[in-house]
Amino acid sequence: MSEPLVRLENVRFAYGERAILRGISLSIPRGKVVAIMGGSGCGKTTLLRLIGGQERAVGGRVTVDGQDVAGLGRDALYALRRRMGMLFQFGALFTDMSVFDNVAFPLREHTDLPAELINDLVMMKLHAVGLRGAAKLMPGELSGGMARRVALARTIALDPMLLMYDEPFTGLDPISLGVIGQLIRRLNDALGASSVIVTHDIQESLQIVDYIYFISEGRVVAEGTPDEIRNSADPFVSQFVHAQADGPVPFHYPAGDYATALVGGAG
Amino acid sequence: MADVFRKMGSMAINGIWQLGFIARFFWLILVYSGQSFTRIHLTLRELYFSGVMSLLIILVSGLFVGLVLGLQGYETLQRYGASDSLGTLVALSLVRELGPVVAGLLFASRAGSAVTAEIGLMKVTEQLKAMDMMAVSPIARVVAPRFWGGVISMPLLAALFSAMGVFGGWLIGVVVIGVDDGAFWAQMQDAVDFRYDVLNGVIKSGVFGVAVALIAVFEGYDCVPTAEGVSRAITRTVVSSALAILALDFVMTSFMFRG
Repeated sequence: MSEPLVRLENVRFAYGERAILRGISLSIPRGKVVAIMGGSGCGKTTLLRLIGGQERAVGGRVTVDGQDVAGLGRDALYALRRRMGMLFQFGALFTDMSVFDNVAFPLREHTDLPAELINDLVMMKLHAVGLRGAAKLMPGELSGGMARRVALARTIALDPMLLMYDEPFTGLDPISLGVIGQLIRRLNDALGASSVIVTHDIQESLQIVDYIYFISEGRVVAEGTPDEIRNSADPFVSQFVHAQADGPVPFHYPAGDYATALVGGAG
Repeated sequence: MADVFRKMGSMAINGIWQLGFIARFFWLILVYSGQSFTRIHLTLRELYFSGVMSLLIILVSGLFVGLVLGLQGYETLQRYGASDSLGTLVALSLVRELGPVVAGLLFASRAGSAVTAEIGLMKVTEQLKAMDMMAVSPIARVVAPRFWGGVISMPLLAALFSAMGVFGGWLIGVVVIGVDDGAFWAQMQDAVDFRYDVLNGVIKSGVFGVAVALIAVFEGYDCVPTAEGVSRAITRTVVSSALAILALDFVMTSFMFRG
C-alpha cells in the first residue's frame, strides 16, 4: 500500500488553556474519501485547519504528500495549498463577484491561461456541478445548496490532489444534500483526488465514504469502514449512528448537583 | 488602589501592543503592495468606491463650508474695513486646515466605515480564510488595494473640497454681498503661497489619507467575526480616524506654520 496522502501522528492542539485535540493519529489514503465525525465542537474543523496549515499543532506531526505542514515557510505552504481545495461550511463565495468569476478566481490568480481557456475550464467545472446555467448570477441570488455547489466548482478549479470539506451537508434540504454527497464521491473519483469530509451527518456519510473516524474529546474513539460502523457494538458509535440523546456523550453539560442548584441558585 | 494601577498598567500595555500590531500590519501591507500596482484594476476599483463615490458628500460639504466662511469672514473683516481680504481668509482657512481636516473626517465616515464593513463581513463569511486557503494572500488581494485606494483618493478629495469651498466663499462674498471681484482673487493670489500653504495642506491630507485608510483596513481585518464585532469595528474606525486626524493635524500644524 502506498504512503497515505495525509498523515496525522499524535497531533495535539489547544486554544490557550483549552485542549481541543489530545493526541490524534489518522491517515487519509490516496484516492479515498474519509469522513471525520464527532459531535459539534469536538475539534473536527480544527483538524482541517491543521492539514491546511492555517493552524499549527502544539505537538505531533501533520504531513501532507510527505511534507511536514508545520515546517513549511509561507511560499512552500502556498505552493502546497494550490494542490488542496477546501469547501467551507457555507461556501464562502466572494460576494462581489459573479458565479463565473468566483470559479475563475483561482485560475486567474495562479495561472496565465488565456481568457478563452479560462472560460472553457470554468464552464466545465460549473457543468460538473450542474450549474453552467447559473454562471452569470451573483452569490446573493443562489440558494444554499447552489452556493455550496458553486463553491465546490471553485474548490476543484485547479484539480487539487486533496479535497477538504467542512460540514458540507449542514443546512441543506434532502435533495441538495444527496446531490452534494454524490458530487463529493464522483468528483473525488474523477479527479483521482483524496477527500476528507468533516461532518456529523452520519447517514449521508455512510453511503459515500470509504472510511470513518469518530472523534470525541480530542481523541479518535472509533474507526472503520461504513459496514464496520453500521455493525459496531461500540456504545459511542451506536449512540451516534442511532442518534440517541444520551449515552457515552452525555445530554447534560457538566454541572453540579441538580437539587443544590435549584435550592441554592445557579452558582 | 493597587487595582486601579494594575488596570492602568494593563491598558497601557494593551495600547502599546495594539500599536505594535498596527505597525506590523502596515509593514505587511507595504510588503504585499506589489499587486495593487501591477494589477492596477484592483486599486482602480477601490479608488472608484472610496473616491468617486465620496465626491457628492465632499463637494456639497465643501460648498457649504465655503458659504459659511464667506458670511462669517465678511462679517468680521468689514468691521476693520478689510472686506477685500475675504478671498485670502477663505482660501487660507481652506487649504491649510478645513480642506484636509473636514474632508478627512467626512472621508473616514463615508469611505473608511464602508471599507471596514466590507472587510469585516468578508471575515465573517470566511471569504478571507477561503482566499488564504486558495493560496491567495488576503492582504495582497483585499487589504492593500483598499488601502491604496484610500491613500490616493484622500488628497484629491481634500483639494476638491477646498476648491469648492473657495467657490462657495466667492459666491457669498462677491455675487451675493458684493465684495469687489478683482480684489477677492488678487488678494488671494497674493497671499496664498504655493509651497507654504497649498503644499503643506496637500501633505496634511496625504497623511490623513494614510491614517484613515490604515485604520479602516486594520479594524476590518482585526474585527471579531460576528455581527456585533463588525458593528464595533465600524464605530472604532470612525472614532479612531477622527481622533487621529485631529491629533495629527495639531502636530503637523505646529511644525508647518510657526510664523
